[in-house]
Amino acid sequence: MAEVTTLPHDAVQHAHAAPGAYEAPLFGAYSKKVGMWLFLASDSLTFGALLFAFSYNRIYTIPWPTPFHVASITNATIMTACLLSSSLTMVLGVFAAQRGDRAWTRNWLLATMVFGTAFIVLHGMEWTKLIGEGLTIPGFPHPATAATGELAEVSKNVPQFSATFFTLTAMHMLHVTIGVIYLGVVALRKLFLPILGAIWLAGYLLIPSDNVFHYGIHVLLLGLVIASIVLFLKPKDYDAHDVEVSGLYWHFVDLVWMFIFPLVYLMSTRIQ
Amino acid sequence: MRDVAIHHDDAKGQYFWVWGALLVLTGMEVILAYKQVFQAVHMLEILLVLSVIKSALIIAYFMHMKFETALMRWMITIAVVACFIIMYFFFFPDAGRITTLGVH
Repeated sequence: MAEVTTLPHDAVQHAHAAPGAYEAPLFGAYSKKVGMWLFLASDSLTFGALLFAFSYNRIYTIPWPTPFHVASITNATIMTACLLSSSLTMVLGVFAAQRGDRAWTRNWLLATMVFGTAFIVLHGMEWTKLIGEGLTIPGFPHPATAATGELAEVSKNVPQFSATFFTLTAMHMLHVTIGVIYLGVVALRKLFLPILGAIWLAGYLLIPSDNVFHYGIHVLLLGLVIASIVLFLKPKDYDAHDVEVSGLYWHFVDLVWMFIFPLVYLMSTRIQ
Repeated sequence: MRDVAIHHDDAKGQYFWVWGALLVLTGMEVILAYKQVFQAVHMLEILLVLSVIKSALIIAYFMHMKFETALMRWMITIAVVACFIIMYFFFFPDAGRITTLGVH
C-alpha cells in the first residue's frame, strides 16, 4: 500500500517527482472554497459593471426621478433585514455542519431559505406594484392601469430609470433565486426536487398572465432541470465543506444588495 | 473535533454583534436618506462609505475572510479593488463631464 505524504510548502519545488505526494494548497484552503471565491470575484465584476452603468446614467441624466414613496422604502428596508438575518442563519448552519449536527444544519439552511424566499416574494410584490403604477420597460406584460399610472410619465420621459432599475434588481433577484435553489439542494437533496416542481407549477398556474412573473417563474423549472442533473449524475452526501461553500455564495448575494439598496432605493427616495 | 466545536461555540457571539451592527448601519442609511442632511453628491459618498463598511463586515466575518490565510485575503481584495478603481476612472469623469456640455 503506497503511503500518501503531504509535503511542506517549501519542499514543493524540489519534490515534484515524488509519487502520491500532494502540494500544500496555495491559499491554505481547500479547492472548493478557492474555486467559489474566484467565481465570486468574477460575479462581483458583473454586478460592478451593472452598478457602474446605473451610476453613469444617474449622474448624467438630469432630472433623475425620485419616485419611491415611504411604502417602497419600508418594503426595501424589510427586504434588507430579511437578507441580513438570512446571512446570520447561514453562518449558524455552517457551524452546525462543522460540528456534524445534520438536523440543525438542515434547520438553519431551511431558515436561510425562508428568509431568502421572503425577500423574493416581497421584491416580486414591489415589482408588481411599480409595474401596475406605470413603471415598465418595453416588452413587460402589464395590467391596463399601467397606462395612466403615476409612474407612466417616468417611464416615458426617463426610460433609463426603469431600464437600469429592472436590470439591476432582476439580476440580483435571479441570483437570490438560484441561491435558494442551491441551498435547497444542499439541505434536502433529492427531496427538494418535487418541492421545487410544485412551487414552479403553482406559480405558473396562479400568477396571472399580465404579471411578468408568470413568465419569470420558469427560472424555477430551469433550476429544477439543472438540480436534477446534478443530483442524479453525481449523488453525494453533502459535507461541511459543501455547506460552507454554499454559504459563501449566499453571503455574496447579501453583499451585492448592500450596494443596490442605497444606490437604487435611497438615492431615489421621494422627499415630500 | 470536540475542540473545534468548543472554539466555534465561544466565537458564535461575535456573529450576532456583526448582524446587529449591520442592522444599525442600515437604519442609519435610511435615516440619512430622509433627513437630507447632505446634498446629493455628498449623500452618495456617505452612502457608499457606509456600504463599503457593511460589505467589509460581511466579507470579514460572515464569509470568514478574517480567519483565512493572509495571501488569499490580499490577493482577492487587491484584484477586485483594482478592477473597481479602473472602472471608476473609465466611467465617472465622463459622466460628470456630460452634465456641463450644455446638452439637455
